[in-house]
Amino acid sequence: MAKPLEEVLSHHVHTVEAPHKRHWLLDYLSTVDHKKIGIMYVLIGVFYLLVGGVEALLMRIQLFVPNNQFVSYPTFNELFTMHGTNMIFFAAMPLIFGLVNLIMPVQIGARDVAFPFMNAVSLWFTFVGALLVNISWFFGPAPSAGWFAYTPIGLDKYTPGTGMDFYVIGLQIAGFGSLMGAINFIATILNMRAPGMTLLRMPLFTWTSLVTSGLIVFGFPPLTVGLFLYMFERLFGGHFFDATMGGNPLLWTHLFWIFGHPEVYIVVLPAFGMISEVVATFSRKRIFGYTSMVIATVLIGFIGFMVWVHHMFTVGLGAMANSIFAISTMLIGIPTGMKVFNWLFTMWGGQIRFKPPMMFALGFLPTFVIGGFTGVMLAAAPADFQYHGSYFVVAHFHYTLIGGVVFGFFAGLYYWFPKITGRMMSEVLGHINFWLMFIGFHLTFFPMHLAGLFGMPRRVPTYNPGMGLEIWNQLSTIGAFIMGVSMIVFAANVVYAFTKGKVAGADPWDARTLEWAVPSPIPEYNFAQTPLVRGLDPLWIAKEEGSTVPAAEPLGPIHMPSNSFLPLVMAVGLFIAGFAAIYHRLFFIVLGLEVIALAMFYHSLNDDEGHHILPEESTRVREVRA
Amino acid sequence: MEAMETQPRLVNAGDRLELGPETATLEGKNKVLGFWVFLGGECALFASLFATYLTLRGHTLNGPTAHELFHLPIIGLATILLLTSSLTGVLGINAMHRGNLGSLLRWLGVTVLLGLGFLAVQVVEFITYAGEGFGFGTSAFSSAFFTLVGFHGGHVAFGVIWISILMLQLRRSGITPRKAPKVFIASLYWHFVDVVWVFIFTVVYLMGILGIS
Repeated sequence: MAKPLEEVLSHHVHTVEAPHKRHWLLDYLSTVDHKKIGIMYVLIGVFYLLVGGVEALLMRIQLFVPNNQFVSYPTFNELFTMHGTNMIFFAAMPLIFGLVNLIMPVQIGARDVAFPFMNAVSLWFTFVGALLVNISWFFGPAPSAGWFAYTPIGLDKYTPGTGMDFYVIGLQIAGFGSLMGAINFIATILNMRAPGMTLLRMPLFTWTSLVTSGLIVFGFPPLTVGLFLYMFERLFGGHFFDATMGGNPLLWTHLFWIFGHPEVYIVVLPAFGMISEVVATFSRKRIFGYTSMVIATVLIGFIGFMVWVHHMFTVGLGAMANSIFAISTMLIGIPTGMKVFNWLFTMWGGQIRFKPPMMFALGFLPTFVIGGFTGVMLAAAPADFQYHGSYFVVAHFHYTLIGGVVFGFFAGLYYWFPKITGRMMSEVLGHINFWLMFIGFHLTFFPMHLAGLFGMPRRVPTYNPGMGLEIWNQLSTIGAFIMGVSMIVFAANVVYAFTKGKVAGADPWDARTLEWAVPSPIPEYNFAQTPLVRGLDPLWIAKEEGSTVPAAEPLGPIHMPSNSFLPLVMAVGLFIAGFAAIYHRLFFIVLGLEVIALAMFYHSLNDDEGHHILPEESTRVREVRA
Repeated sequence: MEAMETQPRLVNAGDRLELGPETATLEGKNKVLGFWVFLGGECALFASLFATYLTLRGHTLNGPTAHELFHLPIIGLATILLLTSSLTGVLGINAMHRGNLGSLLRWLGVTVLLGLGFLAVQVVEFITYAGEGFGFGTSAFSSAFFTLVGFHGGHVAFGVIWISILMLQLRRSGITPRKAPKVFIASLYWHFVDVVWVFIFTVVYLMGILGIS
């Protein structure tokens, strides 16, 4: 007997949260549940997607006509810096971390992530890091040396004021969060898979999460070092990058791009994973070439580390270095091409259903492929001397990052939304959202290729009339506003889902992987009994037999970790210390660090063993939600 | 479809870890595995710091050079103290595997004392340099030197505090499946810090004293 969702939910909250019932806000602030943490990551990501989007729209208004005075030129510098920083670090990363947190543990049949407490610490570090960078708007100038913060431009001498200090310290804090998150995901995937789930039976989204986490573990420390050096140089009188004091500005560029290039794959690989899940489900076929997909994922991760110098072709490293990095960059096209063809072959002969998630996956394919083509063009070092620093580059990386990450993420979000909330989104609004975004996107960024080839440099706040640049800029601006409207439609769809959306049920898409074998929304403990995995797509195997996924253990009490406010306290301490460091207030630096130290000390001495959920409870939740 | 499988088999990385009380629980296995991954990240961190140092070490801006500053005896003393502490750390883990709490605490205590000795030598060294007009902001070389060696020193200091707190906990609860992984990963960390010092000893001090550039 199906019951109304509200009743089921209230029931659920009442008993499973047994130790002590909390107000929902306090519950979220202290949660260590990977689903709730995932939801908060997604909320952070969507928020900064909107902030970064508004910053983009302001820039597009400025560039609508030549010699426009809509924003001042220093403000324009701040806008493109904050747009890039927000979109990469505080939109793309949290969106990826959010969906990995929400779905990956369930896909592998785990009850939780390996380190639930540390998971909450990661979330709150990301939160205060993003906050610290963005409140710079209210405390003097915002960062204005680009999201890559090239030296020497970003140093005190050329960018005075506190803007870059907010950037350096905020990113450092968020970066710690990302590193801890990645370690958590790796330990979870390697150690907590359900019985029978060998590495080559893991869903591709889990595989891409694993490789992405590996990239973070080796990619973020160089950024950490770079940011520390930057901080020591700007705040404490060190000399690393200032050539007049014996420093080397290229040192920062190397450290930044040793992180920065893998970062592109860090955000795009999980999106590839989402596309793989969506394409297989909505083609009603096993993913074509599963093993080659895994190999391609690993290869992309590996080669992604070998190519950072292609950001520096024009700094004068010489023909030999440029050739090596040009070729290694082009090599990435091979595993990426393998993936694209595997997606196409999965669709070939499948029963394709054009639901919103599949629409975004279909929109992703040509868009990302165009981004790949222009990538190979840019990878040709001699040609890059012509393109670099022009709008052609801007067009290229938006084709890969929006075409890859944003379309991939929307495919994943429309796909998993019923699983996360228990409600269906509107398909009509989903299609409108997709078409507005697809048309708006290509209208915005395709003309940028041409503007770039016709001589429009990037990062400039205006251009002269009569150079033939007006029409391309105006098309871009119109396209950007259409994309803005598509986001409003998306927001409307979320509101629709929560007010009028149908109750989803466990498996609304007739899907293949384990997360669709548990009720929607996912219970706190994920699986009442750990499942037994007998192959790739375990749920599909069970459905073909006309049965359910078998259990690998008898029904028993489930151990759960306890909620804690300490992760939030630690993040607040770091926020205080970071903010104080920007203004050289030693007392508050020490105070903030003490808060963290005391919180860690308390956590390490506090032997909280968590609590258990009894079998009667998990059985009842399963029955009422079935 | 693949063949049916009725018996679950060992598939997870932690299933293959058979060390001692530290991997008796899933939580312990997660901690040990996760910490190895963290050390991978630490390798990338120190590699970046070494790269920075190697880039900038010749840029002394008329300030003191490595050859003028470094003295082998004091560095040798620091090295002996730190490498010995790795040995005592191993003896502590052996004691834990035997279930001998008293011996574990004693060896951890010796490890902490040796770590403190190392830090004391480093403080003396830095004060000496400051007296010779070699501060953090003297040159690109000095900034890179203090950053690399200071990061390592910070790691040692963190390890000393960490192991001390663990000793407090062990005294309260004894060797439990919950405490054992914490002790084990602290010892992993301590060995890692030692290994980094071997590289610092070679790349910074030996190459500096010998004037290899």
